[in-house]
Formats: sequence, C-alpha cells, structure tokens
Amino acid sequence: MIHPRNAVTEERWTAAIDRLAAGEVTLLGLWGDTSRVHMALLDGNDVSVLTYACKDGRFPSVGAKHPPAIRLERAIRDLFGLDAVDAPDARPWLDLGFWDVRHPLGNKQPAEPPRPYAFLPSEGEGLHQIPVGPVHAGIIEPGHFRFTANGEHVVRLEQRLGYVHKGIESLMAGASLDRAAKLASRTSGDSTVAYAYAFALAAEMALQATAPPRAAYSRALMAELERLANHLGDIGAICNDASFALMHAQTGILRERCLRAAAACFGHRLMMDVIVPGGIARDIAPEGPASLRALLVEIRRVFPRLVELYDNTASLQDRTVTTGITKPEYVRQFGAGGYVGRACGRAFDARRAFGYAPYGDLEFEVPVLDAGDVNARVWIRIREVEQSLALIEQIIDRLPGGAVMAPMALKAGEGLALVEAFRGDVLVWLRLDAAGRVERCHLRDASWFQWPLLETAIEGNIVADFPLCNKSFNCSYSGHDL
Amino acid sequence: MRRTLFESLTHGPLTEPAPSADEAALAELAQTLDRTAHAKLGRSLSIREVDAGSCNGCELEIHALNNAFYDLERLGLRFVASPRHADVLLVTGPVTRNMREALLRTYNATPDPKWVVAVGGCAADGGIFAGSYAVVGGVKEVVPVDLHIPGCPPTPAAILQALIALLQHVAGNGAVDADPAKSTHSSLRSAGSTRSVTVAPRLSGGGV
Repeated sequence: MIHPRNAVTEERWTAAIDRLAAGEVTLLGLWGDTSRVHMALLDGNDVSVLTYACKDGRFPSVGAKHPPAIRLERAIRDLFGLDAVDAPDARPWLDLGFWDVRHPLGNKQPAEPPRPYAFLPSEGEGLHQIPVGPVHAGIIEPGHFRFTANGEHVVRLEQRLGYVHKGIESLMAGASLDRAAKLASRTSGDSTVAYAYAFALAAEMALQATAPPRAAYSRALMAELERLANHLGDIGAICNDASFALMHAQTGILRERCLRAAAACFGHRLMMDVIVPGGIARDIAPEGPASLRALLVEIRRVFPRLVELYDNTASLQDRTVTTGITKPEYVRQFGAGGYVGRACGRAFDARRAFGYAPYGDLEFEVPVLDAGDVNARVWIRIREVEQSLALIEQIIDRLPGGAVMAPMALKAGEGLALVEAFRGDVLVWLRLDAAGRVERCHLRDASWFQWPLLETAIEGNIVADFPLCNKSFNCSYSGHDL
Repeated sequence: MRRTLFESLTHGPLTEPAPSADEAALAELAQTLDRTAHAKLGRSLSIREVDAGSCNGCELEIHALNNAFYDLERLGLRFVASPRHADVLLVTGPVTRNMREALLRTYNATPDPKWVVAVGGCAADGGIFAGSYAVVGGVKEVVPVDLHIPGCPPTPAAILQALIALLQHVAGNGAVDADPAKSTHSSLRSAGSTRSVTVAPRLSGGGV
C-alpha cells in the first residue's frame, strides 16, 4: 500500500533515519525537490514518503547513519545544491565537472573548473591499480571502474559513474504527460516497458484515473515479455563471459524470437512508448496472441535443454559457483531488488508486494535462493523465465476485451509507483501542475542499490572474474545516471 | 549438449539473407566521402562501438547483430575491443557532456582511415534529450560523422543495411580521409602524407 506523502519535522526525519539504521525499514529512494528532500521508505509492504524542508539548503544526512543513502545524497548535492549535514562523502557523484552549470535543478550557479577526483585509498605492499573505462571493451554502457589488486586478487573496486547523465529530470520539469512518458521510457532502454509502466501508474495515481482492464493486462504482458527477453539475454551473456559461447548463441536466438513476437504484437521490438498514462497507445495486433503462443512453444521446447546444459557443464559451474558472493546483511541493508536480492534471501518483488493491476489476479511464484553468488543469480533468472512464460500464458488466456484508454481529466496531483523491472524495482514519483504538466518527476532505478553491492561482491575475487560478476548484476548505467 | 549441437547440424541455419544496402545511406555516404582519397580495405571492417550517453536501447539492437539471425561477421564486419583496431566507430547517444572527452579521445585513438556512424535519433541531434544542460546534442558536434542511422532504436535490420552500404562504399571506391581539418583530430599518423596503402596502418594492443 502506498501512503500519501507527509511533511515532517527534523525530529521525525532523524527518527526515520534511526529506523533505517536499525534495519526496521528499507530505503526506497531519496531525492531533491527545489529546497526540499523526500525520502521513500518501505515498511513491510507499506510505502511512505517523508518530506523535509531544508533549512539554508541543509538537511540531516541519512547517509551518515545509513550508507545506502550516500550516493543519493551526493547526487542531490550535485543536482540541487542541497547539503546533507555531516555526510560521510563530500565528493561529487553525477557532476564530473563538464557542465556549464552547477546545481542545475536547484539554485543554479556557474560551473567551477573541475577538481581532480580522489579515489578511496588502498594501502599495502604489492598493491597495484587497474583503471577501466569509461569506454569499455564490449558493447556496453560507459562507466569507470578503479580496481586495486594484489596480484590477481581484487582488494578494492571503486565505481565512478555519471558518464551517461542526460539531465532527464530537468527535461521532465514542465513537460507534457506525453513527452514526459517518452522521457521516462528512455531512462533505461532495456527496461523501457517497466519505466513507462511505473510512470503511467504514478500519473494515474496523481490524476485519480485507472487504466481499463484490457490495458492493464496488456501492460503486464509487455512487462513479462521484456523480462523474458532480458533474462534470456543475460543467461547467455553471463555464460559467454565464462567463455561458454554455445549458451550465448542459443539464448540469443530465443531472445531474438521474443523481440520479434513483441514487434508482431505491439509494432516495436522493445515495445517503446506503447504504455502511456491512461492505458496503452496501441492495442495488441490481431495476430499477436498466436505469435506469442508459438513463442511459448518454442521456448518451452528449447529452454529446458539449455538449463540442463548449464547445470551439467562442470567447467561453467566452476566459474559461476561461489563467485561474486553478496553478503545477506548488505542485501538487506541496501534493499537490493531483483535477482541480486532474490539470489541472496531477500524475497521482495514489487509485483507481489503491491499487486498492482493485473498482478493481483495472476498466479506466479517469486523464486528465492540464499547463496548470493553468480550461479544463484543465474538460477533466479532461469526460474523467472519459467514464471514469465506461465504469466504470459495466463494473460493471453484471460485478456479482457474493451477499451485500452481511460479518459483522464488533467489536474494537479502527486503520484508514486513501484514496478518490478527485470533487474529490480523501479520507483517513479511525480507531481503535476493544474494543467497536468510535470512539475517534478523522480525516477529511481534498482541499480542505485545494486551497484554498491557489486563493489563488495568482487572483493577477494580474481580480476578475470569481474566481467562475470558484473554481467550477473547487469546494473543499468543510464538508469542510474539519469 | 550433444543434442543441441546435433540439432544445429541437421537443421538449416537461422541466418537470414543479408538485406541489400540502404539507398538513403548510400546517398549520404556518396556525399560525405567524395572528398576522400582512395584505398581499399576489401570487404572487411572492424567496428568499435561507443556509447556516448544512450539509454542502452541502441546497444541492445547492436548486440542483436551478432545473433544467429543477422550474423554480422559473415559479411566481414566485426566488433573489436579497442579503437586502435577499428575502422569504424559506431556511436550511440546524444553525447553527454560527461562523455564528450571520452568520445573525442576514442576517435583520436582510431587509426586512419576511419568512418564514424551515428546510430539512433539521439546520435543525430540529441533527440529527445536535446536542450539539456548535460547533453552536447549529436555526435557531429564532437567528431565528423559519415553516416546516420535513424530510429529509436534502429532495428538490427536497419543497422545492417546501413553497414552494408558503408562496406560497399568502402570496398567500391574506398577512402582515406584527406581532409586536413578532419585529420588534425587524429593522434595516429602514418609517416608519409601520401597513403597509397591497401590496408590501413594499425597498431596492435593498447586498448583504451
């Protein structure tokens, strides 16, 4: 259940920080809004948002007591110029020193010349550093990784992100719902359906509208197709990073079949811009359900054999089992979502926790494992592929008729939604003005709470296993950098 | 594993016939490469992909070029891990200010002759992100672009068509960039000013 936002005093703000630090609640997000900061908390299945009005541009630091907030506070300082008092890390995060302006979303100031970035120290005999990126060797997004290694073993990994920061939240301000939905859909291309879904749900909450049942089912259909395609791609890509190309080739074929089925149903391989506030912009093509049934038959024919192949290839297991282990206490503390959380004992799934339409009416299981290694993250994906196949089948069987768009009267309002993307929960919060334009919209990718855990998971592993660990997390750069 | 391998022997290949070259791409290339001298790389190009701020949608479709349906490598096109090994930079994204320098350095690390292909609507002019404080707005604002592939994201088939057009153009009337203004960007120079080589000078190793 999502509760209305509450303005709080300093006392209640710091009390919430204490509850976070004690592990009683989970941090879902922390973001700026001109001279205020909002904090979203998860308590059981209840979501609440607290607002603190900054005094002289300062607010009591969450990160000082609860490390998952540190990067969020650094981002708030870069974008809004709001300072977390006693924050443990004063370095910039998204502002790498190349913008013309400081605090672009707050009290704008002319840019200052960039200062050298101080990476965290690692001291000891025989340590050496390996800088990687922002341009990497593969076809992947840019980011910088600074490894400190002792021989082959990684002593410390420090990430430096922000390279793909596009200023999406500044472009959102003043945008019409249509344009804002398009921007949201391009926050992270691999999760375009999930972002459009979350944006639409948040906008509908603000406008007190509900998408018609046919649109709701179609949205879930797209979300599961997106999950299926991404998980299939990831399973192969992880194996490929262990030099097992056969799996990559085979899952690549299945992924391509998913995208072709998506194009046959909704006219776009990634299903971009189909979900819009109020419903869906395009109804499923008449031949869509048949192409989906053919897809299900093909995946169910081939996939079990690939799972067996994964399970029975000792050389592959040798690379994935016990590699890149996350600690369960960190997973809980950071509220890591998706396969990162579920491979390490955290059973959270936004579809189950909130049962947003139509998931409350659908049957599915949320697989959970405890090992927290690369292998467990592969197995969560395997199980979720099976669940998505079952969900797609249920949805086609039950797809209601009727309209696909609900009429919406534009007005002022606020909304928040959490949607389970393939890599974890996406949070969208927005405030609309009286003309229904976006005043402020914040988008929080699951990666914010997964990237830091990758730093911990690689510790003590060999450098050569980093691609494998990184792919098993498959965090979004664009979704994080915004 | 045997069954999977056996099936791929007994079933016909999934790979589809390569599309013909994209006419619009050929026309654009004819304009941009007219000013070039001649050299031939044969039917082979090495591609370095650079994400300059994309949403990663373009990357997904570029990845798809390697799958069995499109099988890019059968055409003599392959992705390489370093700009030092590349003939073509395939650039996506609106070019964020934070990536501008990295893109320029990657371009400078790529030996001549080289071509830049801007992939997707953002790479053309910033697309939906144009006007942001954090975005330069189009690849051509930073490095010279020889070919644009429109789409959000372009389909693998569209990317393939455009790359085939580039391949044909290079193989047919191939080119070394002789424009001095453009060449000043290049950090890798062959010794002489005349480059009647048939294969581009390469350095091995030293990835960025």
